[in-house]
Parts: sequence; C-alpha cells; structure tokens
Amino acid sequence: MYKLLLCWRYLRTRWIALASVISVTLGVATMIVVNAVMAGFSNEMQTRIHGILSDLVFESHSLSGFQDPKWHMEEIERAAGDQIAGMTPTVAVPAMLSFQVRNQWVTRQVMFIGIDPATHAQVSDFGRYLQHPANRQQLSFGLREGGYDTTDSQSPTETPTRPALEHAGWPHRRMRVERERLWKQRLESQAAENGNPTRPVDQQVDAVLAATTAAEQPAPAAATTAADATPAEPASAVMPRQNPFQRARPEPQGRTMDPAKEQFTGIVPGIGLASFRNREGVDQFLTLPGDDVKITFPTAGTPPKAVSDTFTIVDFYESKMSEYDSNFVFVPIDALQRMRGMIDPQTGIPSVNSIQIRLKPEADLNVVRDKLRQVFPADLYAIATWRDKQGPLLSAVDMEMAVLNILLFLIIAVAGFGILAIFFMIVVEKTRDIGILKALGATASGIAGIFLGYGLFLGLVGAGAGLALGLGITWNINQIRQAVEWCTGARVFDPSIYYFFQIPTIVDPATIAWIIVGAVSIAVGSSVLPAVRAARLHAVEALRHE
Amino acid sequence: MSNPTFSSFASTMLEARQVRKRYTSGSTTLEVLRGVDFALPRGGFTAVVGQSGSGKSTLLHLLGLLDAPDGGEVRLEGRRIDNLPAVERDRLRNTAIGMVFQAYHLLPELTAVENVLTPLLIRHGIWDWFSRRREARREAEELLDRFGLSGRLHHRPRQLSGGEMQRVAIARALITRPRVLLADEPTGNLDEASGAGIIETLGELNRDRGLSIVLVTHDAGIARQARGIVRLSAGRVETVAPAA
Repeated sequence: MYKLLLCWRYLRTRWIALASVISVTLGVATMIVVNAVMAGFSNEMQTRIHGILSDLVFESHSLSGFQDPKWHMEEIERAAGDQIAGMTPTVAVPAMLSFQVRNQWVTRQVMFIGIDPATHAQVSDFGRYLQHPANRQQLSFGLREGGYDTTDSQSPTETPTRPALEHAGWPHRRMRVERERLWKQRLESQAAENGNPTRPVDQQVDAVLAATTAAEQPAPAAATTAADATPAEPASAVMPRQNPFQRARPEPQGRTMDPAKEQFTGIVPGIGLASFRNREGVDQFLTLPGDDVKITFPTAGTPPKAVSDTFTIVDFYESKMSEYDSNFVFVPIDALQRMRGMIDPQTGIPSVNSIQIRLKPEADLNVVRDKLRQVFPADLYAIATWRDKQGPLLSAVDMEMAVLNILLFLIIAVAGFGILAIFFMIVVEKTRDIGILKALGATASGIAGIFLGYGLFLGLVGAGAGLALGLGITWNINQIRQAVEWCTGARVFDPSIYYFFQIPTIVDPATIAWIIVGAVSIAVGSSVLPAVRAARLHAVEALRHE
Repeated sequence: MSNPTFSSFASTMLEARQVRKRYTSGSTTLEVLRGVDFALPRGGFTAVVGQSGSGKSTLLHLLGLLDAPDGGEVRLEGRRIDNLPAVERDRLRNTAIGMVFQAYHLLPELTAVENVLTPLLIRHGIWDWFSRRREARREAEELLDRFGLSGRLHHRPRQLSGGEMQRVAIARALITRPRVLLADEPTGNLDEASGAGIIETLGELNRDRGLSIVLVTHDAGIARQARGIVRLSAGRVETVAPAA
C-alpha cells in the first residue's frame, strides 16, 4: 500500500518527472495524429481506386480482346458463380482526345473505355461519380437539358461551387452553335470585304485532309466542304467513314446534322481532362457537357489503324483519383466495338478487352481470382484483383506508414531515456527515504515497486495526455489547418494537389491501443534500472546519505 | 566475552554474541566491532555509551538487522535472526523491532499521521489495508495524542519542531507494537528540554508498558536514566553496569 501512496505523492510533488513525460505526451500525440491522417489518406485512396476498379478484372493480353464475352461470363459463372454479384464487359483502348478551347486544339492522351450503361453500375461505383443527378440514378449517354450539379455532390458543403456547369448540356450547346454561327457570319462578311477569306489553321488542315480523302474514295452524300464546317466541329462532317468502321451514330443521310438539336455519340470524360483546379480550389472548365470533341483510337486487328470520330460530352466523371479523372473517357461499349471493328460481320458476335467482376461482400478476392486462374489459361487471360492492379501504390503507402511509425516511436524511446535520467536523479535524491523505508521493513522488491509504479504512473499520465492531445488535434485538424493558414498566410493543404478539401482522418482504436501500450511500456522499462538501483541500496548507507 | 548479568536465556530479549563488523575501503580495513557480547533483558532499558567511533551505532544497526555482522550472531528471544533470509529480516524489522534515529528520518512527503502509519502500510497490501485502515488510523492518532501531537496530525515534517519530529518517530516505532525499541542518539539533535522529554517518554514506555529498549547515546547524563549501561570502547565492551 505504501508504494501506491508514495507513487501518488511523488507524482504530485516531483514536477521535474512530469516534465520528462512531456516528450512521451508529444510522441503519443504525434503518432496518433500521423496514423489517423495516414489511415484517412490511405482509406480515401483505396475507396477511390476501388470506386472505379471492380473487385476482379478479367482481361485479355491483346488489344483486340477476346471474342464472345457472353460465353466467357457463363464460364466464369460456372467456375465461381456462388461468389459473384455482377459482371460487365468493357473495351479499353489508348486514345487521343482533342477539344477546342477558343481557336486552339488541346490534345490529351487518354484511356478510352467502352462500358455497358445497363450493367456497369453493378460492378463499380461509377454512377456515384457523375455530375448529373439523373445520370447518377441511371447512366445515359444522351445529353441532358441542363440540371448538372453546380456543387460537388460528394462533398457539397466543403467545396467551392462550379457555376460553369449551370448552363451545361443542351443550353450550352445551343449557345455555342449560335455563337459559332455569328462568328462564321462575321468571317464571311470580312472575307467579302477583303476578297481574301481567312481561316483558322485547323480549318485549313481539315480542308486539305478532306480533299485528300475525297480524292481517294467516293464522297458520301453527307460530306460537305470544309467551309461549311463550324469552327468547333470542323472535321466531323467531312471525314468519310469506311466499313466496317461505321460511325456510332450515322449522320442523317442527305442532310447536314444540326448540332443545335442533335448530338454525336455521348462520352463521359474524367473531370480532370476538361478542367483544372486553381490555387483556391476552384475548378476552371475548358470544355463542358454539350461540347464536341474528337477522339483518335486504334482499330482492332493487326496492325491497328488509327481512326477518329467526333463525340459529344454528356457528363463528367469525378472519382477524385486524379490518375483516373485525368485519364479515362467512357463511351457506350457497342459504339466502340462497332468503330473498332470488334463485331464479327458474319455472326454478329462481339469481342471485348475485359470483363469486370464484382464479388459478393463475403467473398475472398484472392480465392476467387485463383479459382478463375485455374480455369482460364494465363497466357491468354490476365486475372487480377483491384489490389493487385494497384499493388505497388498500396504497398508503398503501407511501407511509408510503417517507416513513419518506427521513426515516431523513436521519439518516445528518446523520452524513455529522459525518464531514465530523471529517475536516477530521483533515486539519488530519495536515497535517505529509501533507507528509512528499509529500516521500517520494506523489502527490496517493494522499493523497486515504488519506482516501477512511479514509471507506470508517469507513462499513464504522459500517454493519457498524449491521447487527449492527439485526438483533440485529429478531430479538429481542419480547423487547425485553417488557423495556421490564417496566421501564416501560406497554404498548408493545397486542394489542387490532393483533390479533396478536408484532411481525411480515421481514428483506429487498435492502433491507439498499441501506441499507448508501447509508450507506457517504454516508461516502465526506463524505470527498471533506477528501480533496481534503489532496491540494491544498503540501508545503513542510505540512512547516512546527506 | 559473555556478560554474566544478562545471560539468562529465558529473560533475554535481544542478544549479540561475539559480533564483529569491519568496513573495508580500498586497501584499508577498519574493524569497528571486535567481538562484542551484548544482552538486553526482557523489559530492560539499556544504554550503550561510548565515544564517537566506538562502534555503538554499528552495534545498534546489527541488533536492528539493518546490517549483517561479519562474525558472531544476533538473537531475538533466543532465536538467531542475523542469518535469516532477507525477506524474513525485513518482516522482523517491520513487526518486532522499532527504531528511532538521531535525525528523525521521517518521510518529507507524508504528514505526521501518515509517517506513523508507514510501517503498517508496508505490512499490508492494498486490499488488506482497506479493511484495516480505520482501526490503524485511530491507533496512530491515539499514539500522537499521547505524545501531545493531536494538533499536528496533518502537518508535514518540515512544519514540526525537532522534539515533535522525534515524538512522531517514536510513535511510528510503536505503532507496530514492537518487542524491542532501538534508539540511536534520539536526543542528539534536540535542545536539552526536548531531549529530556524524549528520554522521559522512553522511560515511561519501559516502566508502564514493559517495552525493552536499547538507547545509544554519548551523553552520560542521559545514559544514567537507563537501567543498565554498556560502555563500548574501540569495538569492545569495556564495562557493563546497572545505572547509577
């Protein structure tokens, strides 16, 4: 009982020892905050990766893909049907996306992905990331009559608004067509005045291309001269199509398409392709739903040939994973299959690149993957889980977290040496008291117990304060960030880099328990040597100590 | 050298037989006790006197099991105790032997009443203590009250005078109801009046409660108040005599 009493009294009267646990407190608090933020980031990243990738991806090594996805899906169903919740075929090819910003063409390298609007939502969270509420319910590749979100639907209160999307859709398209008509009129009147027509460089290139193609092949009825093409959509009407690469949406025969009332095949590009985020976190759009873009992509077969077509943006896709948002463009799978020549002209059986598979929640990803690998030969098919696909990234994050934890734990270990030194000092200071206790009958283990208990008390106090501080910082990290930004004027957390506006945190009780246990163990461990020294003191010498 | 006056086995409370003690520092060896025989009769009050360095405090430490002799033996009620395991010796110090020191040796973090309770706190574990704490506290308060310290129960040692601190120390030694009380120069740091009060208290304890007491002092006047005097000189017993 005296151990408890003395520990308590020493705790209240020896402030120097409490100073030594400040480093334990800071170490514990830092570890809690860093782990919470890292777990938050990691979780956010995994959610985003998994949001676009289905659980399992079954794909062909070849860009031409494999034939008859229906038969493949039946085989997959037969192999592991009890664990599969949904499947959808996709076609993915590398492509070049071009769109016009004022008079300049912007070209980006993209992954062009054909998806089945009916079934794709079954295998991924794709639908959740679209900007039109109706598309989030059921994706349509038809352009909408406005109603696009002007706030980020995934974090409506924390992000700046996107006023540019207010008129997106048909209103924007009509406005653009009207603007282009007026522009054309002005050009024509200028040309009439000068007697020397001036055309933008791209139109001149398109006109040359059109003339070359027309010379090689008989011009279709719909082909018009370059002069008729609008500045934003100059080539679509003039590029003749050859079989079997028909247009996804054939132009009305015998007339020019009216862009104010009709659209090309709809596509959904990632929002990062169409916009950039400024330092304030406001998205600046280069193009909007309703605008037309050109995409150049390879056909199936060997060697692949490049084909181009015009498409209309119908929505944006925002997974908040910049790798996807600035790289993926989605299109209806049947249109892409037709354009790439992936449909057998005799049988009508299509080919696909991959089959996306969603598993039931209880299913084990790796078990199903291995089952499928046994059925399908590895030289023809690549079967991978979403974790396999992002393996290097996920393991890099895990490694980073482990290293960070080791480094931070060293802070607490350093605190342990502080405790050791201060405890030695206290043992020297208390030598006479130790002699008194021995004279009164305290055993050596009892004396050691006082200092071990004292170490435990200090560890608990330090870790407890660290826990409170760490959780306090974690739960208010965004307010703290704002306060720091307000004080320093510097931006601590740049949303244009991270693609989210709040620092995500996850407090994992098991991690916290480990941190506390570790910190308390270090405190107790550091008091072992001083405790042993105290226990070994000779009673008479201790009593004589001045 | 045996002592014919206090050799009766049955009536001897605490006994030292031919105890030797030497301290070594580097190549120098200092023989402090060179075969000392000492016996304290049951209910006796013996003063050990001698000049500084005569070994009287060392003898008291050996008798109180604070140190182990290099030769000879120490017996309590006829039972040899110096060769017991450390835990047993600790237990005897806590239950059978009470000690009072010249420098009081109170724990500065604890109040007067807590200091008195310390031996009981050492004896009992947490759960045991909770069932006994009221009774123990009452007993400690009674002891302090008897020594005129009822108004100082919750004072820390630094708030007490020397005489008060020594009385707290005596109360602490008595709370365990020891069979023998060893006092090492208990008046050494006190003024004459306080010192006389302490010696009077010890005399009362011896007379009224039959407590066996060994009093180490260098003051012949104080020693005369004991019922027997053992004079040490250069590590040996010089004379053994009843008090004048």
